[in-house]
Amino acid sequence: MTTPIIECRNLQKWYSGVHALKNVSLTIHPGETVGLVGDNGAGKSTLVKILSGVHHQDAGEILIEGKEVHLRSPKDAMHHGLETIYQYNSMVPTMSIARNLFIGREPLKWAFGGFGLMDQKRMREESVQAIADVDLHLRSPDALVGELSGGQRQGVAIARAMHFRSKVLILDEPTNHLSVKETNKVIGFVRGLKAQGLTGIFISHNMQHVFQSCDRIVAMARGEIVFDRPTAETSIDEVHDLL
Amino acid sequence: MKRFLKIYLDKPELAGLALLVILLVIFQIKSNGILLSVENIRGVMGLLPEMALVAIGVTMLMICGEFDLSVGSVFALMPMSIAVMLNAGTPFPLALLIGLAICALIGFINGYITLQFAIPSFITTLGMLFIARSLTIVISGGFPPLLPDNLPTWLFTDYIWQGSILRMSFVWFVVIAALAAALLSLTNFGNWIRATGGFNEAAASMGIPVKRVKIICFMLCSMLAGFAGLLQVLRLGSPLPSIGEGLELQAVAAAVIGGTALAGGIGTVFGAIIGTLLIRTIDNGLVLSRVDANWFKFAIGLLTMFAVIANAWMARISRKIKVEAHK
Repeated sequence: MTTPIIECRNLQKWYSGVHALKNVSLTIHPGETVGLVGDNGAGKSTLVKILSGVHHQDAGEILIEGKEVHLRSPKDAMHHGLETIYQYNSMVPTMSIARNLFIGREPLKWAFGGFGLMDQKRMREESVQAIADVDLHLRSPDALVGELSGGQRQGVAIARAMHFRSKVLILDEPTNHLSVKETNKVIGFVRGLKAQGLTGIFISHNMQHVFQSCDRIVAMARGEIVFDRPTAETSIDEVHDLL
Repeated sequence: MKRFLKIYLDKPELAGLALLVILLVIFQIKSNGILLSVENIRGVMGLLPEMALVAIGVTMLMICGEFDLSVGSVFALMPMSIAVMLNAGTPFPLALLIGLAICALIGFINGYITLQFAIPSFITTLGMLFIARSLTIVISGGFPPLLPDNLPTWLFTDYIWQGSILRMSFVWFVVIAALAAALLSLTNFGNWIRATGGFNEAAASMGIPVKRVKIICFMLCSMLAGFAGLLQVLRLGSPLPSIGEGLELQAVAAAVIGGTALAGGIGTVFGAIIGTLLIRTIDNGLVLSRVDANWFKFAIGLLTMFAVIANAWMARISRKIKVEAHK
């Protein structure tokens, strides 16, 4: 068996008295696409926030490729190859695609103490390439993200994660507020992750979306994992009844 | 043609520029050619750098999604504290450094309180407006201290050469404006400022230290306001405690007229300069055209509303053009 890419051991998290995560252990292997389902308040978001470095667990360990890590900030998580795409999507609508792709990771021509001149030519060229890599066709890297549709934005976010060679892509409700057509596009992206050698964690309310795109279903309720089985061995009804 | 139109519509500061040209022509005729006379331009160019520097600072802060109403008071406090220090025998360079440090501290306090207690910067800096103004009057002791006459005005406010139209303050303004524009559009920090103001959550999730970015913008804004106040005091030769009153709103108006979005994320240094130029031209043009000067604020108000409506309209049209070109 290969080393798991992510291993969570006995994660605990309290929010001012609320026990949001109770002893959650989860192992994910490279190349898996895991669908994480559960009702509001089941602990999905808490788990995602811990994995993306926004919050820190109160107890328990996280291992990435067998090594224990401490994810203290989103930057830490990205540094370890975990990139999160949020439901509100992590794009700035008033900025161009090229600038969005490199937020916080701008290639610099010249720098002093971490600040410097951006290599805008490289940003443009690489963003064109990155977007083409996810089969997205956009006119220009200078177009504003605010002019893109919701599905295209999620596509750009996925292109960004791939461009920075993330190992794990965490998609937190990426299909919320999207039309059916756009949703299908995003599901297509999620299915494409495996071919690119990426591991995916797809969080959604919508069983259909998860079942269409993931090869393993993990369900949470009241802060615990209550169900964990390959997609092929279960059905939407079974998971529904459980929740 | 469509492409050209779209580029134009996407840049609200260009509309401001067009309006500026129109106003210059109107006022030039109305004032019988005095508006663009050397003497008049010389007068306007004394005030312009001071106003524009404040507007640039406010614009940068607005792009990162915050707001500063205290710039008018800092504009008065900084030169007043320098005047008090000079009278106590402090050498000018040291007094200047301490003055700038005071401004930076005020900006830091504005930013820290706003972010730490999650209150709107509108409220924090409204408080600072009163605090800094009060301090200015308190340290002045009620009447303005005299400035020593050996100050390096040649470096700040003297005419660049004998009979020149421009003062040294104009050089400072051009250099600072160029640096600010470069910071915003060429550096990674500029990218962070735009991201922070454009969508705070997204910027934070990409690992940008949004609070630090905002605090730095607050500090830059205060320092620019203070420095601009110093330029005015050196030009006038006397640190009046009342200078800069109402300047905070003029600076916001200049930023908005120049295309800066109140919600953050959008704006340019060039736009701030155009906005300031428009306000100065209206002020000066009305006087020269012998219109009752009390109409000035009316005109600024009208222009501000008009600019915001026009910008929103232009952005909408621009988006439509995009869609059509795509299909």
